[in-house]
Amino acid sequence: MAGTIALGAAATSITRTRATTEPALVRWTLIGVVLVFLGLFLAVPLAAVFSEALGKGVAAYFAAFREPDALAAIRLTLLTASIAVPVNLLFGVAAAWAIAKFEFVGKNLLITLIDLPFSVSPVVSGLIYVLLFGLQGWLGPWLAEHDIKIIFAVPGIVLATIFVTFPFVARELIPLMQAQGTEEEEAARVLGAGGWQTFWRVTLPNIKWGLLYGVILCNARAMGEFGAVSVVSGHVRGLTNTVPLHVEILYNEYNSTAAFAVASLLAMLALVTLAAKSIVEWKAQGRFGAGKRTAAEGKGR
Amino acid sequence: MSIEVRHITKTFGDFAALKEVSLEIPTGELIALLGPSGSGKTTLLRVIAGLEAADPGSGAILFDGEDATSRSSRDRQVGFVFQHYALFRHMTIFENVAFGLRVRPRKVRPSDGEIRERVSALLRLVQLDWLAARYPSQLSGGQRQRVALARALAVEPKVLLLDEPFGSLDAKVRKELRRWLRRLHDELHVTSVFVTHDQEEALEVADRVVVMNEGRVEQVGTPDQVYHHPANPFVYNFLGNVNLFKGRVEGGKVHIGDMAMELPEQMRPDAETAVVYVRPHLLEIDHQPRDTNHFRARVEHINPAGPLVKVELVSEWGDPVQVEISQERYRDLRLKKDAEVFVTPKEEKIFVEKYSI
Repeated sequence: MAGTIALGAAATSITRTRATTEPALVRWTLIGVVLVFLGLFLAVPLAAVFSEALGKGVAAYFAAFREPDALAAIRLTLLTASIAVPVNLLFGVAAAWAIAKFEFVGKNLLITLIDLPFSVSPVVSGLIYVLLFGLQGWLGPWLAEHDIKIIFAVPGIVLATIFVTFPFVARELIPLMQAQGTEEEEAARVLGAGGWQTFWRVTLPNIKWGLLYGVILCNARAMGEFGAVSVVSGHVRGLTNTVPLHVEILYNEYNSTAAFAVASLLAMLALVTLAAKSIVEWKAQGRFGAGKRTAAEGKGR
Repeated sequence: MSIEVRHITKTFGDFAALKEVSLEIPTGELIALLGPSGSGKTTLLRVIAGLEAADPGSGAILFDGEDATSRSSRDRQVGFVFQHYALFRHMTIFENVAFGLRVRPRKVRPSDGEIRERVSALLRLVQLDWLAARYPSQLSGGQRQRVALARALAVEPKVLLLDEPFGSLDAKVRKELRRWLRRLHDELHVTSVFVTHDQEEALEVADRVVVMNEGRVEQVGTPDQVYHHPANPFVYNFLGNVNLFKGRVEGGKVHIGDMAMELPEQMRPDAETAVVYVRPHLLEIDHQPRDTNHFRARVEHINPAGPLVKVELVSEWGDPVQVEISQERYRDLRLKKDAEVFVTPKEEKIFVEKYSI
């Protein structure tokens, strides 16, 4: 009797495996395709960047950063990110708050508009600013009269960067805040908390991991943006070159060691971003069960 | 604090959730708002709390006789317990309960020591002091519900409002908690209103029950009043299982099959049809006909599980009839499926159909 039962159990476990997975051949083919693809398109180029950068020795690698133009480019990139990221942080939180917690006319239009920078080519984003603020643009003559420089100057670069990166924080927060609903805020209000108290004590702690995640992505894009910035920058060495633009210039001058050395900075930024992103995701999951699902939803944009 | 609701109307787009609702709740009472989903009971509770604004110009909410209609929910001094608890998920249980005290303006905020004392006392009151350092996600549903209650009580509200407080708990915990809520209310005597769709819950816990339907108040009364003297068929129907028999009115009597029942005097004698309602436990089954009113029926199904035996019958005119008899009676009768029996109503409730030309 016992034998029959054991046999029956074994039979079910076999059928279950067959029923729930694909044959080994299919599985390994799929995994293989993914690995080859990742290797060709990610790992090899990344390795190439570092090997080219270090090709002429460590001294040549570091020499690339001691150049004044390179230092200026790094400074400008840091400056741009340090303005664009906080601005988009504020905008993103405000937009997500408005969309997730209130009903108003034009809400869907606002959501669509937030996505605009994702759907528009960065070059077009840059051109919009040239059209607006350029010498031949709508506001150009007025700006020239008052001696305000936006295009081919730092303000233009910052504006273009803000435009390109503004969906990141908002897009991250909207699904998260929508999933959390408004009950906790209502509870806080009935308990006597004011608007600011509710925001700082209830809303912000609930979204902080999603917010951090959005900020990390926003920062990575702000530092790495090429297209839009390229259009408005004018490529003035030491003045309006960001790191990505500096890499292009070096490369065009056949100074490939320096180009790859500076490019490796961006590559490292990407690696740090990935690591930070993973830590944030892991933290957000470990914290509270409810956050796990929403963080995953937010990711699958 | 007493609450008065005066002619409150609330619409969401085209949907009227509350239609001219008026209600008086005296100080210290425990009131149940009872009704099916969509009857407007939760909306009424939220309007009282100030979480929802009534339609402009539609009426007023008075607290202790003072107009509170335009008062913000912050200043209404109500405690609100949400259906899904709405605990602050990133705070410990202790901090959840302390929240209402911590957000007070500095002048009226208790010191840290006082807060600690007050919160501990409340957590002891809800028997959860041993969980103070946990997070809401680590608690069971019943425990979360009690934390939500302690949090609402921390600000010493004048009114306690509870939205389906036991709605998402399993049957056993639910019964325990509602008895506990009743005891707690007897201790604290704070005016309380709770929303429920469970008639048993409302009848067991509340001092008075407000039966609502489609945005209107159908009846207000003690559990005894609404159960035994329902104002209309809806209330009778909603407060328990009923069998309904349609009859024609002739000579001051309702005739159904061979039965004739006396019409209550206040009923209109010109009505043509009346509906007779009888609760399943108020029908008697017998093998022999009695000399009182009775009708014939055939046994369709018997469910003997539970304190009462539920018997489903088909009446002589083909309608299904539910009867509940005691286990003892069931054994004496030796009922079998398809048996022919005689059914006698012990007590019935007659409502004359609304007469239209």
